[in-house]
Amino acid sequence: MSSASKQDGPITYETFMSGAWKQNPVFSRLLGLCPALAVSNTAVNSLVMGLASSVVVICSSIIISLLRNVIPKQIRIAAYMIVIATFVTAVDYGIHALSLELYDALGAFILLIVVNCMILGQCESHASKHRVTTAAVNAGGTAAGFTAALLMIGSIREILGFGTFFGITVFGEGFQTWAIFVLPPGGFFVLAVWLIIFAMVQRRKEMSARPQSARSGKEVVHAT
Amino acid sequence: MSEKMEPAMPPAGRLILILSVIALISGVTIVFAYQITAEPIARNHRERLERAVFTVLPGAEQRVNYSLDDDGLARLAGEEIDRANVYAGYDSGGDLVGVALEASAMGYADTIRMLYGYSPQRECIIGFTVLQSSETPGLGALIATDPDFLANFECLDAELNEEQTALENEIRTVTRRDAEEDWEIDGITGATVSSEAVGRALRESAERYLPLLARYRDDLPEQMEAE
Repeated sequence: MSSASKQDGPITYETFMSGAWKQNPVFSRLLGLCPALAVSNTAVNSLVMGLASSVVVICSSIIISLLRNVIPKQIRIAAYMIVIATFVTAVDYGIHALSLELYDALGAFILLIVVNCMILGQCESHASKHRVTTAAVNAGGTAAGFTAALLMIGSIREILGFGTFFGITVFGEGFQTWAIFVLPPGGFFVLAVWLIIFAMVQRRKEMSARPQSARSGKEVVHAT
Repeated sequence: MSEKMEPAMPPAGRLILILSVIALISGVTIVFAYQITAEPIARNHRERLERAVFTVLPGAEQRVNYSLDDDGLARLAGEEIDRANVYAGYDSGGDLVGVALEASAMGYADTIRMLYGYSPQRECIIGFTVLQSSETPGLGALIATDPDFLANFECLDAELNEEQTALENEIRTVTRRDAEEDWEIDGITGATVSSEAVGRALRESAERYLPLLARYRDDLPEQMEAE
């Protein structure tokens, strides 16, 4: 990671996309897999879980970026946890107030966003070292990447496991649902397939990008 | 303020102070969030219960809350809903459809809480719904949605014995398609534990409350009464 004293460049498309795509929390860094597997059995659950985590990661990043010069390094993790836990609790109340069905479906996993390493990772490795706007945009990218990943897993699982998409029936009467996709093993299967696809696409992209631009960029990565 | 150059360990007092301030702000924020959401959350729970009562009592459109225990059946005012364990449902003409009662039993994952409708005139269970469960989606959770399973509760026999002290026949869950008697519940394949929990919960709740309801039957008006 870049050192703390590094000056932030202007916010670019890259600031957002590095979180969403290159460093996608689920498909690239394999962070936050517990919620990604546990509640991604339907598209709605995935979407709500993704959005809830997004709110937490963006808000926490902003606060932590603002406080980055106030919080001494020795207590930073404790401080991050308090900030994250505060937002998680608020989001938990919010979902409870919005819809009981969603609240029941997501259960303890809303509260467990606290220990989602994606969020702590984002705060520790990015937000605490960059100014607010950069931190917020990058966190937004991570959040979007996480939500998209959850939705990609959740849609497949719902379509195969329940024969519906966002509750709308996609197959005819005769469709035999594959209950396994709703159960935990199905989560692993779908995640594995997406990981393969993601790795293939990313490798292909890297291959085609290398000849023109990569040399200097690559050396910088090594130097830091 | 600025401790950029490899700062020495700040004094402990300072660390404690900073953490305390952060925690204090956090606490205030949470209280604030709680205050805002408390009302809608309570309303959600009320609405869910209301919907559930009308689901298990087909045709019911109005509800009166009661509390039933060994001492009798007492009508509760609107705000005392927390103490209620019996909900009487009346149809549009003001006639008693039945009463909704709560039941619960340990399922596969956690306690399943359910609500069932009982018709004192017909002496049978006329509706069933799940209030809260953590059963496996696609398997155990089918007890809430499977149409074949819910069809068990069109009129599940819950007749009391001569002395009005217990069920004449014990309600129980049997293997799918094996139900021969009116008091047997057809289970769901693949959701044995959950379907059996339903049978057990209904039996226990019926054994406890239906004799009481029979004893205090006179306190339960057949016609809707104004408060």
